[in-house]
Amino acid sequence: MFRNNYDNDSVTFSPQGRIFQVEYASEAVKQGSVVVGIASKTHTVLVALKRNAEELSSYQKKVIGIDEHFGIALAGLASDARVLSNFMKQQALASKMTYGRPIPLERIVAQIGDRAQTSTQVYGKRPYGVGLLIAGVDETGPHLFEFQPSGMTQEMIACAIGARSQMARTYLERHLDEFADASRDELIKHGLLALKESLSQDKELTVDNASVGVTGLAQDGKRKIESFKLYDGGEVAPLLEAALESAEPASGDTTVEGESMEVDT
Amino acid sequence: MNHLPQAWGRPRDDVYGPYDASYLQSGHPQTHTKSPIVTGTSVLAVKFQDGVVIAADNLASYGSLARFTDVKRLRPFNSKCIVGFGGDVSDMQYLDRLLNSLDVVENYSSEGHSLNAKNLHTYLSKVMYKRRSEINPLWNQMLVAGLDGDDKPFLSSIDLLGTTFSSPTLATGFGAHLAQPLLRKVADDESKVAGVTKERAIEAVKECMKVLFYRDARSLDRYSIAIITKEGGVELKEDEQLEGQSWAFAETIRGYGRTQEV
Amino acid sequence: MDSLLGSNPTLASNPAYSFSKAPYNSAADNKEHAFYPYTDNGGSTLGITGEDFCIIAGDTRSTSGYSINTRYSPKVFRIGGDDETGEGAHIILSVVGFAADGTALKERLNAIVKMYKYQHGKKISVKACAQRLATILYGKRFFPYYVTAILGGLDEDGKGALYSYDPVGSYEREQCRAAGAAASLIMPFLDNQVNYKNQYLPGTGEGHDLEPRQALPLPRHDVEQLVRDAFTSATERHIEVGDGLQMLVMTKNGIEELYHPLKRD
Repeated sequence: MFRNNYDNDSVTFSPQGRIFQVEYASEAVKQGSVVVGIASKTHTVLVALKRNAEELSSYQKKVIGIDEHFGIALAGLASDARVLSNFMKQQALASKMTYGRPIPLERIVAQIGDRAQTSTQVYGKRPYGVGLLIAGVDETGPHLFEFQPSGMTQEMIACAIGARSQMARTYLERHLDEFADASRDELIKHGLLALKESLSQDKELTVDNASVGVTGLAQDGKRKIESFKLYDGGEVAPLLEAALESAEPASGDTTVEGESMEVDT
Repeated sequence: MNHLPQAWGRPRDDVYGPYDASYLQSGHPQTHTKSPIVTGTSVLAVKFQDGVVIAADNLASYGSLARFTDVKRLRPFNSKCIVGFGGDVSDMQYLDRLLNSLDVVENYSSEGHSLNAKNLHTYLSKVMYKRRSEINPLWNQMLVAGLDGDDKPFLSSIDLLGTTFSSPTLATGFGAHLAQPLLRKVADDESKVAGVTKERAIEAVKECMKVLFYRDARSLDRYSIAIITKEGGVELKEDEQLEGQSWAFAETIRGYGRTQEV
Repeated sequence: MDSLLGSNPTLASNPAYSFSKAPYNSAADNKEHAFYPYTDNGGSTLGITGEDFCIIAGDTRSTSGYSINTRYSPKVFRIGGDDETGEGAHIILSVVGFAADGTALKERLNAIVKMYKYQHGKKISVKACAQRLATILYGKRFFPYYVTAILGGLDEDGKGALYSYDPVGSYEREQCRAAGAAASLIMPFLDNQVNYKNQYLPGTGEGHDLEPRQALPLPRHDVEQLVRDAFTSATERHIEVGDGLQMLVMTKNGIEELYHPLKRD
């Protein structure tokens, strides 16, 4: 059997210039259930498909609020995400403590990017097996960032990562022009519909398997931002209803059949 | 906080009894600032309807000796705020370097974010509180003037103990005794700030600088003054001369050197 | 200058200190340090509980010696709020004594309460928070936070809860407590007016046979009036108390903030 000699650690290049451990880590992201993020001029949403590993277990946490002004959605190893989210929480609190300001998103994303990069260049370390979408609002407005195990980070208008996320991305690309001026409700709707595209045929969005996280600029003027709000369980019902209702007429798309939904590990 | 930086941070003799200075002889290997050496005196500041005026003279004293007469004690930060320093001048210079490097880091690390006066004040208060907690204080009292996150006038104080407070008018050192009562006539309450014009605020600060020059032996008639507004940014003048002095009152002084009539 | 640097020739003379001229004190085995890391910023605080509410109040004057630093420096804070506005907080804390330590303590407790919510997904109970505050204070037993803290909120049964502390963390739950500069003026008033100490039912007997008046939880309106009376009186008799009275009232509907001017002389 063929054995790859260049994938035992993350510090050795293959002759083709690849670092296999990092690529394998990216595969872990693709195994995770899909998460979608979209940013408008006023809001950002994170939408996630939660899976339960087995009937008896609870559903995995997919969207985590980090600070008042931002949250993350994860695809891949949930435990790796927890480590990163703890780190981000610490950094966010530290920024509040030392400067009295919410940490700029660009800054916190660069920090986890640098962390992840370190584990691709230090012997004995393992890259993070998780991809993140970081969404929130800071002084410069709403932002959505994508984070990959390689340490790659980039700002996005809309993004989907995880299993079968291509379908969600296709939806996002098709509706790209509508996002910038979308209202809060419209943005959530787009998020849920994009997520729906990625479902396998035998699945549908329910209050059990969908999570939504929203942040935005505040409308009421007293405060500048609308705190990160996580919709889970029963709270998702009205959002789902609104989204699916609007989608009923145009159900022309056919989803690709094939592999069953993957489960987070 | 009184007008004697040497007394700052020490238990008050009138409360705790005379202070035992014998510690000063011990040759501890680790040297901490135990008293300020070259000192700057008062800093004054007043908020007005759309900004803040802040002033401090250009003198650095070595005890009672007027040692350096061209020391800038108002330090700008990222062209949006001013920090006015009272107390030890070398500690001021250290803090100035610290703030400069903070500014450099801030400018390199991201676009569109900059620290406002409120953020700067929070940061400085943590630096000062950390140093006092290590019993290695930076012997200063500072006023931070600028605009906050909502572009409203911001003015706040920090001292060597990490104590912070904010008020429409502030003065450090001797100014806390002599100038603050005069400045409070301009705005004694946050609600009055909206009624104070820039001209009124400048006039009040200049008047107080004059009063301080009359009465504070460690003061100078050359001073720096800065006006921070949203429109004008920071206008900092570093070599101003006190105007309209009148020493006529000196004739009426009895006591001190003038017990005998000539 | 004499009163401040007094009989100390070294400090009183000038900073051009000479080691050879320093007074030598051979009797002093223990060397005292030059820098005293504490100061007293004056002011007073007060907390009273009722059946279903808790009030903590404090004057807003900050002093150093005979000088007034500012007329508005709040001593009562919301703990566990969403952002700097404190919205969504469910615990109130007052600190009086050395203001810098007070601020540090408040921020530390606030960060801990936030981390609790992040880690456990629920708000900390007042009882747990009270215990935690005691361990924070005791943790600095040998370099204490020089503050007297009062913590308040609603307990698990919705009843008003109030905890008072000493600077090194001894604490107990009480009905009412005054702290700070005018504590000795306010506390006896509270003993009499809240706990009805030294009040007896007329005609129930002579001397030791007199029946004490039973203390019952007071209605909110009465408590607010008591607080205002306590502070107007303290303002008259104590130079470090005055300028303004800030009151935080915690009920099941959240925290309400009240402000009353006090004499500024």
